[in-house]
Amino acid sequence: MKKLLLLGDEAIAQAALDAGLSGMYAYPGTPSTEIMEYIQSSEDASFRNVHRSWSANEKTAMEAALGMSYAGKRAMVAMKHVGLNVAADGFINSAMTGVNGGLVVVSADDPSMHSSQNEQDSRFYGKFALVPCFEPSSQQEAYDMIFDAFDTSEKYKLPVLLRITTRLAHSRASVLLKEIIPEKKLCMPPDPLQFVLLPAIARKKYKGLLSSYEALKYEIRISKYNSFKDGSKRGLGIIACGIAYNYLIENIGEGNNEYPILKIAGYPFPKDLIADLTSRCEEVLILEEGAPMIEEALRGILDEGIKIYGRLDGTVPRDGELNPSIVARALGLPVSYGEDVPSVVRMRPPSFCKGCGHADMYNSLNEAIKPYGPGRVFSDIGCYTLAALPPYNAIYSCVDMGASVTMAIGAADAGIFPSVAVIGDSTFTHSGMTGLLDAVVKNSAVTVIISDNSTTGMTGGQQSHATGRLEQICEGIGVAHDHIRVLIPLRKNHEENVRIMKEEFEYKGVSVIIASRECIQTATKRKRSETSGD
Amino acid sequence: MKSDIILSGVGGQGILTIAATIGLAAVANNLFLKQAEVHGMSQRGGDVQSHLRLSDKPVSSDLIPYGKADLIISVEPMESLRYLPWLSKNGWLVTNSNPFINIPDYPSIDDILNEIKKVKNHIIIDADTIAKEAGAARAGNIVILGAASGFIDMSFESLENSIRQLFKRKGEEVVESNLKALRAGSEFSGK
Repeated sequence: MKKLLLLGDEAIAQAALDAGLSGMYAYPGTPSTEIMEYIQSSEDASFRNVHRSWSANEKTAMEAALGMSYAGKRAMVAMKHVGLNVAADGFINSAMTGVNGGLVVVSADDPSMHSSQNEQDSRFYGKFALVPCFEPSSQQEAYDMIFDAFDTSEKYKLPVLLRITTRLAHSRASVLLKEIIPEKKLCMPPDPLQFVLLPAIARKKYKGLLSSYEALKYEIRISKYNSFKDGSKRGLGIIACGIAYNYLIENIGEGNNEYPILKIAGYPFPKDLIADLTSRCEEVLILEEGAPMIEEALRGILDEGIKIYGRLDGTVPRDGELNPSIVARALGLPVSYGEDVPSVVRMRPPSFCKGCGHADMYNSLNEAIKPYGPGRVFSDIGCYTLAALPPYNAIYSCVDMGASVTMAIGAADAGIFPSVAVIGDSTFTHSGMTGLLDAVVKNSAVTVIISDNSTTGMTGGQQSHATGRLEQICEGIGVAHDHIRVLIPLRKNHEENVRIMKEEFEYKGVSVIIASRECIQTATKRKRSETSGD
Repeated sequence: MKSDIILSGVGGQGILTIAATIGLAAVANNLFLKQAEVHGMSQRGGDVQSHLRLSDKPVSSDLIPYGKADLIISVEPMESLRYLPWLSKNGWLVTNSNPFINIPDYPSIDDILNEIKKVKNHIIIDADTIAKEAGAARAGNIVILGAASGFIDMSFESLENSIRQLFKRKGEEVVESNLKALRAGSEFSGK
């Protein structure tokens, strides 16, 4: 069988293709982006014509994947952890409707917030929705799990959550491939009311969901990833979830038989596995990447049982991703720290690329807004968020996709004037358009600057749904034609751009300024591929 | 056999090409390998690093523990110092001498080089000049890999082969200039 050197993300994508995937749906988001990108560049996917284009946001991706599943085919949807908040309505209710073709939902968490605004743990969503959840510890396990995830999904007629974290998503290892499973044939759901969540139907379906969650605890496809290995010493038992297991083995060695160890990588897990471990030892150490989910469950409210070490008592830091040294300390093993970082080393935060259009837009914005004072610019999620840092110090919010527009509305309602939103083109079509409709209907005094670089920049230049459509969209939503201003953010246009911004700030209604210039990275890439004829 | 390597630099400087070259060679040598990369926000001119672990036994952790790296390969001098907590007592530090200055408070290069010289085992190489002399101005990263090649427990030929494999698509000329860059780096360290 073939062996490939793959990122965790790529292993998941390859597995889905090998498991008979018919449709892949996603919105770009670090650390999940490479899943869709791998499928888009796969010759096999192209030959089979697997659906593989980006969606407007995670919610539309989730629902389209559910539609593919409705038609009896295997579908996968991938997103970063905060994307699952956007897709949550569809996700939670897909557990209620159940699926027809297998449906796998990949959520890539980002503990330590390398590229995110929080470090929420998607495993809670699995429990919340009452669906199976897999948490691979390695690239190979991620590959293998996808097959079991699709089978489990079809057996229980449930969507299955695959939770990964940055470290697995963006780490490469060799992966042994399995035999390819053919795609499923088109077939309608046998029950025509399966996807109709009218209350009377939903109540019945919820009872079914509750009982299937109990049955899942004994499902072999899940429980085979939860393994208990007894140890010679009866002092400390260890529970390690997902990738935390690797850090444990790094420290104690593959063949260590000292500690009783329970590895958890499939949820829900049965009580007897935990009881088996705790009955054999005096104390338990719990290692989880992300939130202390198992630890909280074990402690309960009273925390009067067996002595537990974990993130809640400070044995492991409460926040941030794990690493082998943190786990060594938790085990009481020595940590061999090298030399300290010399004081001469400075921070090197990310910054705008040389020649970036966002930078020119912010130079004009900073000058135009200066007379009104600070605190009036709300922003959003993308490269342009970097303007919160010096030397720009230009924006005062970055909360969630689309929040710039709606926070500007609320601030204007409260009396802040002018109230300005800065949002990227892809973020605008992801979640900014509905907010703009609110503004139009209420005639809010807001200026929305769409910093249009014609791509989804921060994640590496994926297609933007907004490209070539922004003016039409804004007019369609109802922004007055005269207050949709288009400018080119270049230094030579600075004076004129400042003037346009000032004019629109003074307008007591909704205006949109589209500052449009292609991302310097995608432009360079495009020119290079045009000249080399790729 | 075990080689734990930290690659460091600034987003866009090509550390992943170094990683891919070593990775291909490791696969050809039937070694186990894990390589943690940085994608996303930091790639926009921020500090980036990659943990590369090669071994003849399965590798557990994707990350190298503190104090256990055998080698730091850095395409930027200040960035090479950021990872000293990972370098083992007998580890080697191989770095470019040319700073990449994209922050207003970049320290004096002499101060940086002095700190690097305090590391017991170090090689400072003017990769940009050597790359130009080799007729491969853009292959400074491969020059540095060449300079570090003696500290990676794999044959030099296997690195040459992965250069051939990696750059094949870009034509024979690019392959040859990168091979020249690799050899020039290796010769520098051999002196």
